[in-house]
Amino acid sequence: MPKARGHRLLTTVLALLTAVVMTACGARTGEDTPAGRVAEVDTSADTIKVGLLNSLSGTMAISEVTVRDALLLAIDEINAAGGVLGRQIEPVSEDGASDWPTFAEKAEKLIRQDRVAAVFGCWTSASRKAVLPVFERNGSLLFYPVQYEGLEQSPSIFYTGATTNQQIVPALDYLREEEGVESLYLVGSDYVFPRTANRIIKAYAEEHGIEIAGEDYAPLGSTEFATIANKVQAAGADAVFNTLNGDSNVSFFREYQALGLTAESMPVLSVSIAEEEVRSIGAQTLAGQLTSWNYYQTTPSAANERFVAAYQAEYGEDRPTSDPMEAAYTSVHLWAAMVEEAGSFEVADVRAAADGITFDAPEGTVTVDGETQHLHKTNRIGRIGADGLITEVWSSKTPIRPDPYLRAYEWARGLAAGDRS
Amino acid sequence: MTDFLHRRRAPAGYALAAVLLFALAPLLLSDFRLGQFARYLCIAIVAVGIALAWGRGGMLVLGQGLFFGVGGYAMAMHMKLADAGPGGLPDFMLLYGTADALPWWWEPFRSPAVALAAVLLLPMGLAAVIGWFVFRRRVRGAYFAILSQALAAAFAILLIGQQATTGGSNGLTDFQGFFGYSLLDPVNRRTVYFVIAATLLALMLLTRQIFHSRYGELLVAVRDAEERVRFLGYDPALVKLAAYVASAGMAGVAGALFVPAVGIISPALIGIVPSIQFVIGAAIGGRASVVGVVLGAIAVAWAQTVLSEEFPSAWTYFQGGLFVVVIAFLPGGIASLWQLATRRRARTEAVTAA
Repeated sequence: MPKARGHRLLTTVLALLTAVVMTACGARTGEDTPAGRVAEVDTSADTIKVGLLNSLSGTMAISEVTVRDALLLAIDEINAAGGVLGRQIEPVSEDGASDWPTFAEKAEKLIRQDRVAAVFGCWTSASRKAVLPVFERNGSLLFYPVQYEGLEQSPSIFYTGATTNQQIVPALDYLREEEGVESLYLVGSDYVFPRTANRIIKAYAEEHGIEIAGEDYAPLGSTEFATIANKVQAAGADAVFNTLNGDSNVSFFREYQALGLTAESMPVLSVSIAEEEVRSIGAQTLAGQLTSWNYYQTTPSAANERFVAAYQAEYGEDRPTSDPMEAAYTSVHLWAAMVEEAGSFEVADVRAAADGITFDAPEGTVTVDGETQHLHKTNRIGRIGADGLITEVWSSKTPIRPDPYLRAYEWARGLAAGDRS
Repeated sequence: MTDFLHRRRAPAGYALAAVLLFALAPLLLSDFRLGQFARYLCIAIVAVGIALAWGRGGMLVLGQGLFFGVGGYAMAMHMKLADAGPGGLPDFMLLYGTADALPWWWEPFRSPAVALAAVLLLPMGLAAVIGWFVFRRRVRGAYFAILSQALAAAFAILLIGQQATTGGSNGLTDFQGFFGYSLLDPVNRRTVYFVIAATLLALMLLTRQIFHSRYGELLVAVRDAEERVRFLGYDPALVKLAAYVASAGMAGVAGALFVPAVGIISPALIGIVPSIQFVIGAAIGGRASVVGVVLGAIAVAWAQTVLSEEFPSAWTYFQGGLFVVVIAFLPGGIASLWQLATRRRARTEAVTAA
């Protein structure tokens, strides 16, 4: 009995499905689909909504919560000064939960349900890659505040962190010219940023006659570094280029110290360790090592003094400020300036007004490059001190023009065979 | 009396589910919420397989992410190649790869027929090989669960390491079309939802038939007393293998449907944590009941969305609390609520296996 009923029901369901599929066929690929392409910004209220999309839970929360705090600080400042186009900014915060599909889903929610004017956030490349099609599909805007591996240029994203020619390439220049480094050992976490960064480093090394003594990847979150540290020591390179993420740095530097290696004998240059990470890893472990960023808490500028004072007044005297936080803080101010310039909250108007917008940021004056939607930023090599702060030892003096595909560098030809532009 | 109630209830329930899925949900939900619902239904499809393998078969399948991933990547590879056009390379290969030619193992996925077959056959074939060795050697209980997890973790690590050909930790994303239909068009995204809902209903019906068949009885017998079944002349390894392979096939189909619905497949979706989450949804709903696991999977995914939207910085505590409450007070899952309510009238199969 139940068998027969089941079959009949199954047939009905299948028939229904066929009918639905036959009638509900939309546009084929390649056809223009105006429906749902242009984000409608909600301008009905007295306030204007913006989305904050950060991991507030999961492994990335420790870093991304600081970015969220910096974003809120910038919003408060703008609101206190009268808002944007006379409207107060209303932040809508969503948790990306360190999970890339969740980022995509929350991005869609912010754009379609809340109809925000812009979204600020994302940290990992994987989360940015996950939300990119959502922003492009809906014609909406994301401000991405973290240094990344380059090779990307989406009309829907403004990149306010460094691309590779503003962080990795100057770091290599510094090691070669100032430290006289002739051989490098590459250590990184196993994901897209380290692997892409190391491809660039190897191309640079080949051009400039630097020997790559070894290349090792540890799984994200790995804490087993005895083997890698031993290989680093045995290779005897002049310096280590470190793209490890988060906790892995604690274990790596512990093993490194246990083997008697020091910043004098074999310096480590890190591109993912900022003030916040120094605090959690321990300044004693890292003292004397090098970093490459565009901003440090100690960067001397009036804007930075104000930023650090306001941040610590809001969130606590012991909280350090770091490069991604500064880039996030800057991104909100840049968006506000673009909106004021455009006189409109609509995405197309904001984008059209973006080229040449400047902001007196804590890191110094930054300028939006309209073509790449990246910023002109000054590179700063820093040395980690025993007090947990990083002090600048070298800088590029002037802001570096963003070049996400490294087109201006002869040696980088062939790194990105089919760049999208 | 019990039997009579059972017979009447099930078809009515499925008819109600069909009305909910095909009429009410598309009418009441916005395009965005319907897209989310499609994702929940994909997770529910995996849960149906878990009901078969774990609920009835007693195999704690903690590594369904492996099969979900194989199915998902098979579909995603085809969609990437379709986007790239004839002879084209997927965009990420041009950026991160050496970009000379398509790797040989990508080539077959250009054909939609091969990709569709792979979605079903690859996970099932993989499960058949794994299951054959595992069940022959009478590996079970915690050892089987650990092995399942290890395989899912190994697959995720393998994908991350092969960035040039798999997209690494970014996974495969940014799809334009689904078998020639643009995913930018909301109408087509709605169609994807209907396909998913229909697949879920069909697999629920199929699984229900399996439960009520002779094989279903045998499977429960193997779960509860494997040695006795062996002495009766059956081969428990084959009985378990069939359920395991079927559940892998369902996970593969779910992974393949997840890709057009959500627009991404990545190693983060198929490792240990997502594999455990599949099982948690099934456990909360009541692992031995088809309707139970589906409701459980949907409820957990939905609660996750709602709680995280309402309390972005505290929702994980609520979710943890929810699990504790269900495990402590409803060990049989949400499905046992019905049993509690009708305990005096009808006592259906109680869940006893570990």
